[in-house]
Amino acid sequence: MSTLIAAPLDMTVRDGFDAEACMNCGFCSATCPLGVPILPRRLFRYVLFGMDDAVRAETETIFSCLLCRSCEQSCPAGVHITENVRLLRGWLLREGR
Amino acid sequence: MPLPTQDVVGILADNLRIRRNVLPIPARQATRWARALDLPRGGEVVLYTGLMYQLIPYIERLVALERRLGDTPLARLTGLGRRLNRFVNGVAFVARPSAGERAEYERVPANAARLLRRAGVEFGYLYEDDLYAGTLAYDLGADEAVAAHARRVVAILRKNGVREVITIDPHTTNMLRSVYPRLIGGYDLRVRNYLEVLAERGMEFASPLGRRAVIHDPCVYARYENILEPPRRLLASAGVDVAEPEKAGSLTWCCGGPAEALYPAKAAAVAAARVAQLRDIAPDCVTMCPICLVNLRKAADGIRFRDISEYLVEASAPPPDATSAVRRPGPASGRAGR
Repeated sequence: MSTLIAAPLDMTVRDGFDAEACMNCGFCSATCPLGVPILPRRLFRYVLFGMDDAVRAETETIFSCLLCRSCEQSCPAGVHITENVRLLRGWLLREGR
Repeated sequence: MPLPTQDVVGILADNLRIRRNVLPIPARQATRWARALDLPRGGEVVLYTGLMYQLIPYIERLVALERRLGDTPLARLTGLGRRLNRFVNGVAFVARPSAGERAEYERVPANAARLLRRAGVEFGYLYEDDLYAGTLAYDLGADEAVAAHARRVVAILRKNGVREVITIDPHTTNMLRSVYPRLIGGYDLRVRNYLEVLAERGMEFASPLGRRAVIHDPCVYARYENILEPPRRLLASAGVDVAEPEKAGSLTWCCGGPAEALYPAKAAAVAAARVAQLRDIAPDCVTMCPICLVNLRKAADGIRFRDISEYLVEASAPPPDATSAVRRPGPASGRAGR
């Protein structure tokens, strides 16, 4: 089994990894000061589908996020986007090599 | 080119585990400002700086080094650097800010202490037990190192009999108030920010400034801790005509600083964008976070960035005529009887 999908699914229970709530609207990207080159919704789908390598390929984007919560301010689904990103950083540090 | 992420984060997490700070700095230097003010040691209520402001000049030196290394073959040796760093405190060798650079940022905790005193708040200080709260390691996902460090911080606070801490920056406030309770069972420390404390007390200012300044809300105050009204109320009382940029309050725009540890070029681009939003509104800008302050200052283009504590201390000083009245011997002074 993918270690990535195992980890976030486990996070869902323990730490609130809530990417499933994303509705794919893209408001988050519209307000990002950094203009991240990948939509969080796309990144979160990689996670949910267990596409470990696709997530690893986004390491720079994941670690350059400012955690500023500008995206969350406009998210109609109330997704904890920055916390999801922070949890992905933890996964990359543990499993990312 | 950025340095290898895992190795850089690994160095920071190792430092937190081994040396109690992501960038270990000498406790004597980091707490010098408190000795100068003769702050009492300990107590149930303490001022807790988390060393955030004091760390800034060291971070700046390291980021400059990182920028230089990133473009050389030495970048490939970051993994070796991490292994060496476990035995030798590398920061002590490579990050040595000047006394002037340190003094610039040590002034903020000193300002906060002066303001609390002038507002009549009784508090102590923990000196070498005023530890970094773990912000950067937490933000970068090094959760295990942060959890262990949080337990250490809380054990020290309990050993000192502390029941309430007064913080001075957004990141330490957020860690101690919102993150630690999720990491530590039975966490019952009261955490308030000094701006909240001063505003609650209705602090009055003897020398209103009569000056206009644009305000920059830090993301962590605005969107994590909901500290929006206290700074505005204090600035208004201090005679500052606060101008609001289009992106203010809960819609504030990031300074870019959080990206600086790993991606300095991206941090600089975001800071430049924020400066462009602020510079035409007023010649002065009020900041409230050490990360915002240093990152926006580096991008400053015709606008002066100063910490809110500088404005408040200046406005809380006795007016010049009152000072001279105190200094001038009155008719009943002892000299008359000699």
